[in-house]
Amino acid sequence: MSLIRIENIYKSYRRGEEVVPVLQGVSLDIGEGEFLALMGPSGSGKSTLLNLVAGIDTADSGRILHRAVDLTRLSQGELARWRAAHVGFIFQFYNLIPVLTAFENVELPLLLTRLARRERRKHVLAALGVVSLTDRLSHYPSQLSGGQQQRVAIARALVGDPDILVADEPTGDLDRKSAGDVLTLLSRLNLETGKTVVMVTHDPKAAESARRLVHLEKGELLDVHPETGL
Amino acid sequence: MFILKLVFKNAFRHRSRALMTVGGVTLAVLAFGLLQTVVHAWYAGAAAASATRLATRNSISLVFPLPVSYREKIKAAPGVTLVAGAAWFGGVYVDEKNFFPNFAVQLDSYLPLFPEFVFDPDERDALLRDRGGCAVGRKLAERFGWKVGDRIPLRGTIYPGNWDLVVRAVYRGANPNVDERQLLFHWDYLNETMRKTAPRRADNVGLFMVGIASPDLAPEVSRAIDETFANSLAETLTETEKAFALGFVAMSDAIIGAVRIVSYLVVAIIMAVAANTMAMTARERLCEYAVFRALGFGSGFLGLMILGESLVIALCGGLAGAWLTFPAARAFAAAMSDFIPVFNVAPETLWIQLALTLAVGLAAAALPALRAGRIGIAEGLRRIA
Repeated sequence: MSLIRIENIYKSYRRGEEVVPVLQGVSLDIGEGEFLALMGPSGSGKSTLLNLVAGIDTADSGRILHRAVDLTRLSQGELARWRAAHVGFIFQFYNLIPVLTAFENVELPLLLTRLARRERRKHVLAALGVVSLTDRLSHYPSQLSGGQQQRVAIARALVGDPDILVADEPTGDLDRKSAGDVLTLLSRLNLETGKTVVMVTHDPKAAESARRLVHLEKGELLDVHPETGL
Repeated sequence: MFILKLVFKNAFRHRSRALMTVGGVTLAVLAFGLLQTVVHAWYAGAAAASATRLATRNSISLVFPLPVSYREKIKAAPGVTLVAGAAWFGGVYVDEKNFFPNFAVQLDSYLPLFPEFVFDPDERDALLRDRGGCAVGRKLAERFGWKVGDRIPLRGTIYPGNWDLVVRAVYRGANPNVDERQLLFHWDYLNETMRKTAPRRADNVGLFMVGIASPDLAPEVSRAIDETFANSLAETLTETEKAFALGFVAMSDAIIGAVRIVSYLVVAIIMAVAANTMAMTARERLCEYAVFRALGFGSGFLGLMILGESLVIALCGGLAGAWLTFPAARAFAAAMSDFIPVFNVAPETLWIQLALTLAVGLAAAALPALRAGRIGIAEGLRRIA
């Protein structure tokens, strides 16, 4: 069953007078519990597609359905609430808030919920436990390695128990060892907790962690592999 | 609570930048406070004026005297309670740089007219008994180390000769607006000497201070006094003490206006500096703001966060500036005591300082908050990538 259904999406950007088409009639189904990798050269539209799936950008035309909800019809406020409830973000450069500790960074998404402080603490500790960082609660991002920062970011993405984890080049800024750890963690989360993972990557090695691979080129979907065996 | 923690941590994230901005706001608020206090000091005479006192002077100019004989006629006007003649003496103590106001006054009625000059009863009696005695303000006595019984030689400028006065009383002000740097002595002493040395200048006063029964009577009594002396050799102009004092201030209106404008300009400049700092901060953090929004935080939250940071910085500077205004005003008053006798920070100055501080905080945050709220999340995230 599809968790996300993308129907005939068009998206373009304006560069001065020029209109640059980025996605041209893309349609894609993302099943519940899938681990999908989006690959393609720079400018192919993979990050734009990820942003649309995550509800942080809007399409020019077409529909994006999350279960029965049409994201293209939601207002900015509704979209913000939808993101808070359903999407966990993992960015290439971790994007932790530098003035907050690891604990506080992970707690951030929970501030939008009605959870009491004690409940929030329980959730944060659990999320940091998943990424094996309970011994770094009061460390600031600058006191953590890149790999550790990305694990904190994954804990932040997880803590609200979202349906979908979107990861934009999550290993792009990491060394091989840390990248391996992060990919293992994402695979584990996908397999053990059934989280749907949508990951953009340039790295074929990273893409091997996914169970399905989608190629984009010049804004069009070239090839969809139903199950890898890549 | 969390947003407060975030606001404080963010406000001082770039410590040196934040401290420099705080320092700038501090200096601006301090400068504003001092300049406003200068303006207030200029109006201190008018502020200290009583509503039940009038000043009667020669209608041509204050330079021209009035016959002392007018006193009884003025006293006869309905509503008048007390009349005291006074003359600017302009004496010099040792050196001209030791300037202080000194007046020859009809002390018997002048002292009841000015109850804000507070005397020890025994000293007051001694002053009234001794024609060669004088009263000095507390600050003036402190300045020259005078005490009761000391002899003060004054060199006359308007009234030539050497004048020896004995300090018989030291007064203090009943409120902070009272000038405690004056010297008052018996007009009778001046007049007797003038009768001997320059008889044509005797029996004259510079002006009369007139006490009235009620402030409502001021227009009526003024008119009555001036009508009494209409078509005489020395016609009078009677006005309230406040209007009389404001007449002096009016002479320097342009300067005071300029001081006032400069004080607000200083605040406007720091407003622009603080706004620039906040804009710079917001520009650097667009990606962070995009992360907050991606996580589901609304633009209202971002606005509040930016506003909070701006207010924290502005308030740190503003409160420090307001607090420093007091010692700075004391130092300024000590240095300028010869020219500005009353230099007190008015409560309204503090309120204006606080209001301007808030205005700086709000104005500095407005544009960055608007910008942060408007930026697209995807666009904001691209700023780092």
